[in-house]
Amino acid sequence: MKNFKWIYTAGVILLAVLLTLTVAALILALLGANVLDTFWVIFCYPFTTFKNLSGVINIMTPLTIVGVGICVAYRSGIMNIGGEGQMVMGILCALLYSLSVESASLPVTLLVGILGGALWGLFPGILKSRFGVSELLSTVMFNYIAAQLYAYCLRVPLLDPAVAGGVGDPQTEKLAEGLWLPRINDLLDGLPKGTRFHTGIFVAIALAVIVYLFMWKTPAGFKMRAAGASERAARYGGISVDKYLVLAMCISGACCGLAGTVEILGVHHRGIGNCTGGYGFSGIVVALFGGLHPLGVIPAAFFFAVISYGCSALQINKIPVPSNMIDVLLGLVILVIVATKLIIANPYWMDRAQRKFTALFGRKEA
Amino acid sequence: MLDFIILFLTVGIPLSSALLLASLGETVNQRSGVFNLGCEGIMSMGAFVGMLIPFLVGGSGKVAWYVNLSGLVAAAAVGALLGLLFGVVVIRFSAPQGIAGIGMQLFATGLAGSLYRHFIGGAQGVAGIDALPIPFLCDLPIVGKMFFSCNPMVYFAFLMVPVVHYLLFKTPWGLRVRACGTMPRAADSMGIDVSRTRYQALAFGSAMAGLAGAYLSVCYAKIFTDTLIGGRGFIAVALVYFGRWSPVGVLGGALLFSLAQALQLAVQAYGFSSFPYEFLVMLPYILVVVVLVFVGKSKHVGPAMLGKAFNREMRT
Amino acid sequence: MSTPITSLRIEHITKRFPGIVACSDISLSVGKGEVLALVGENGAGKTTLMNILMGLYTPDEGKIYINNKEVVFKSPGDAFACGIGMVHQQYMLVPNLTVTENIALGLSKMKTDGKGEGRLARLKRAAKLDLDAVRRQIVAISGHYGLAVDPDAAIWQLSVGEQQRVELVKTLCFGAKFLILDEPTSALTPQETDELIALLKRMSAELSIIFISHKLAEVKALSNKVAILRGGKLVFRGNTADHSAADIAALMTGHEVYLPVNQSSRKPGEPMLEVSNLFVRGDRGNMVLNKLNLTVRAGEIVGLAGVSGNGQRELAEALTGLRPIDSGEVLLDGVRLTGKSPKQIIAQGMGYVPEERNVEGIVPSMSIRENLVLKDIAKPPFSVGGLIRNRKITENADAMREKFDIRCSGVGVAAGSLSGGNIQKVILAREINRGPKFLIAVYPIRGLDLGAAEFIHKQLLALRDSGVGILLISEELEEIINLSDRIAVIFKGQIQRTLGHGEATQRKLGMMMAGVKEI
Repeated sequence: MKNFKWIYTAGVILLAVLLTLTVAALILALLGANVLDTFWVIFCYPFTTFKNLSGVINIMTPLTIVGVGICVAYRSGIMNIGGEGQMVMGILCALLYSLSVESASLPVTLLVGILGGALWGLFPGILKSRFGVSELLSTVMFNYIAAQLYAYCLRVPLLDPAVAGGVGDPQTEKLAEGLWLPRINDLLDGLPKGTRFHTGIFVAIALAVIVYLFMWKTPAGFKMRAAGASERAARYGGISVDKYLVLAMCISGACCGLAGTVEILGVHHRGIGNCTGGYGFSGIVVALFGGLHPLGVIPAAFFFAVISYGCSALQINKIPVPSNMIDVLLGLVILVIVATKLIIANPYWMDRAQRKFTALFGRKEA
Repeated sequence: MLDFIILFLTVGIPLSSALLLASLGETVNQRSGVFNLGCEGIMSMGAFVGMLIPFLVGGSGKVAWYVNLSGLVAAAAVGALLGLLFGVVVIRFSAPQGIAGIGMQLFATGLAGSLYRHFIGGAQGVAGIDALPIPFLCDLPIVGKMFFSCNPMVYFAFLMVPVVHYLLFKTPWGLRVRACGTMPRAADSMGIDVSRTRYQALAFGSAMAGLAGAYLSVCYAKIFTDTLIGGRGFIAVALVYFGRWSPVGVLGGALLFSLAQALQLAVQAYGFSSFPYEFLVMLPYILVVVVLVFVGKSKHVGPAMLGKAFNREMRT
Repeated sequence: MSTPITSLRIEHITKRFPGIVACSDISLSVGKGEVLALVGENGAGKTTLMNILMGLYTPDEGKIYINNKEVVFKSPGDAFACGIGMVHQQYMLVPNLTVTENIALGLSKMKTDGKGEGRLARLKRAAKLDLDAVRRQIVAISGHYGLAVDPDAAIWQLSVGEQQRVELVKTLCFGAKFLILDEPTSALTPQETDELIALLKRMSAELSIIFISHKLAEVKALSNKVAILRGGKLVFRGNTADHSAADIAALMTGHEVYLPVNQSSRKPGEPMLEVSNLFVRGDRGNMVLNKLNLTVRAGEIVGLAGVSGNGQRELAEALTGLRPIDSGEVLLDGVRLTGKSPKQIIAQGMGYVPEERNVEGIVPSMSIRENLVLKDIAKPPFSVGGLIRNRKITENADAMREKFDIRCSGVGVAAGSLSGGNIQKVILAREINRGPKFLIAVYPIRGLDLGAAEFIHKQLLALRDSGVGILLISEELEEIINLSDRIAVIFKGQIQRTLGHGEATQRKLGMMMAGVKEI
């Protein structure tokens, strides 16, 4: 009965979705919100206007880029939870370059951001391959180190003279207009004005496609996936696992650095305090939800951008749920996905379910 | 200079307590083979629940003391509960622990923040638990102020070092925990319920994390913020590696890390303001990375099957 | 601790795993003081059956009776409480605990006889680990049976033979009156094996024993009853004395076995692999290969015989670049391999069929066709101009599937979902198709059914005839004698002696494997 695998998979996923929604509903009820209204704002409100939708796309952009980066690392057998730090370093390098070099141009700024992120991925990669330091720990430490470096640069060398000595949050000067990612409204006529809808989304989608081609259509990508799937077999097959592990972390970090730079050049146009928006972490959820496949990341990022935007719009819609709810949902989804995956892959449980299933429905078929 | 050192220690020791509690708990988790990266989130929930009860009930004098105590107990209970929930995901369903830990961290941190805004809101604090100078000892010069005028939870945290040591190395339960972390198949073949032992260890360890969080909100800061935990959960996990899965080693790690943090605070307090303090804040994190490099690989010490799910029927 | 077991009976035991029936309707009984040998090939269901008897698996159907009373074991603890103990094939000892701690671990879960034990005493037992009492018990038991163990040694410091003694003492400390031994001699030297058999004979005066093996000499020496499993079914039960080893072998495999035999006496060519004065360290940093010398010529199979753990694994890994070489020289067709990376060595024409085919030979989650090009993905025709050619990869896989009789539903399915025999065919297909100069095959047919084993042996012989040098590492003397042109015996990291095709007999090899140099 081969079909049962599909029935089982579909059944488990359905149960997982129901469970997630139920737990979310219970928490919302505990927070004293109207559950249906809240769900409406989270899932439907983002689609109501062009402005909302463009806000969603703007969130989707960094999520996609980070998610793609996480996929590369994960597929190569290393868990990158240093996305935050790599974003920050990308941003920092891009800012240092673009604010200090007169002739800075957009492509070079992006490249510098990419290199900054790659550098911050390189360290944990080397620590893991050379010294066996768990990347789960080293990347978290590097997140904090990057945050402090950034805070310092924002406060001292890159501080906007306009706020110096004042009370406002530290930020940098506005970047030269030539460095901004073009806004969609400026390119196309007839769209509602006043949105920050930028062209970074094309960068994100192009990146997903390029990374997909790299991972699945080139020998280097093949070797990285082999090393990630079974380190020992790859080693026995003559693949230098350590080298590819470091490379994977560099690529992963480069993606995160790019995400940060795109965010700065597309949305803020200057360095500000909380510049990563937590995308370094939520990108992990996106990668998982997208089946750890660069192309799967695109719809996954869209989905999470919707609920992320929805959660941030709760207060405006007079729903008494704090925006922290997005973290609750993200965490919940991670927990449910990782468990669901294992339940689906467990042949013993499937076997047991199948026997119960045939015991219940088998006679009717016969 | 002496003043500086005193200041440095009187700041550092209370700082280390939260790390110490969480790290000791995580030691027990990891000894049983479960890597709980959700520690950060569990601490956050502990911090919220710990201050919720005193905030709602209030009271003064003896009553306040009991109310605060029940806050701590509730924090531990919520911690244990979240630990068990994490256990269901990683033990029952054998999900990869690193990623599930991140899920737990996001979930619990977000939940604590959301619930805080709903039930407490604003920047409201609690009276909390005050320092409890130990009679006579606190009057000793220098050490009295540093070691014997602390918060009761600080004494408790330091007391837990020998307690956890005894638990792990001198009781049958500790033996089972260590066996489940190193070679669950062997433990299983001897009739030990590996899953149950791991659940117990997780409940204990996460209760400690909950307490660590409550210490921060009820005894240390006496207020809750989204950034109250500030990565201490992650540091606590790293300190377990640092301490080679031994409570005494973890104590050393927690002290070293906290003193590095205290150094930064003390330096600021002494007005070396021209030196960018961010680099001092960074110092402890760099320290952890450096130490992780040196403790790298050594066999036959820690739990060999750390992070690996155990399933008897899976034969490969 | 428990009443003696006068009889143990299992009836109609059936256990299914997804996709296979591991035990099907098996009934057996063992009486007091009997030694039952449970024989069968790998995968016949012996270990599964015993794990059911230990409460590690619950049977889907069937019952267990002890002293004519039905028992249900939910965990090994229940089995211990009834006086059944098992020494598993892979020792169930926690490496970073001491002997005493390991035994205390099991005892801590034991239900005690004293039902009247007060709450206080229970609490005391839970609060304090009484290692001294355990140590006394170990000393008493090891004295009684003549099993020397050091109670305070950590397990990882002990040799395989010592660990086995610890396992026996552990089982006896748990109060076992009925011993199950799963392939107890598989990792022992012939002397250790003899000692063990003598010991078990002594013990059988006091205990009943079930003894799993596929080594028929041991079965004849030790058991008084024999039961044979094949494909999960019980095919034979009887007295050992009434049947010859050959009868039992035939019943075990189901038919007379004719594995291909190396008969041609071609003249081997020039030396292909030359190993001189090789020193290599093991995982614990001790020297595992001590000045090893070995030459394999083109068109020759050299069998490496030896008890496992004498350096075979380390030799294979050193030759393939996976393990650093301390000192010494390795030449492949005149080219130095010392200090080269696995990738460079593979490029020199080294083929490798590794020991653990599931984790070292293939990437289980990748497809068959991807596994078939694992070593050549970056070369044409599989990738051209930096891009992978999927069509070529599939064509290659289809051709290999045909040529090597890889049974699968398609070359796109995950390699890990194949049976052991088919996985081995995938590995062999990849290695042979690359046109190697030399092939190292480690335990190439371990755990395979006879059909697959026959196929693989034929392929190895054909490869040899085409002029490739082959180093065959195996524990199965029959396999080695059948296939090899020359046989080298490894002992404690050195080649004891090399014998020609006609010279070697099982007996001779057995003695040399035990360290005897001249016979």
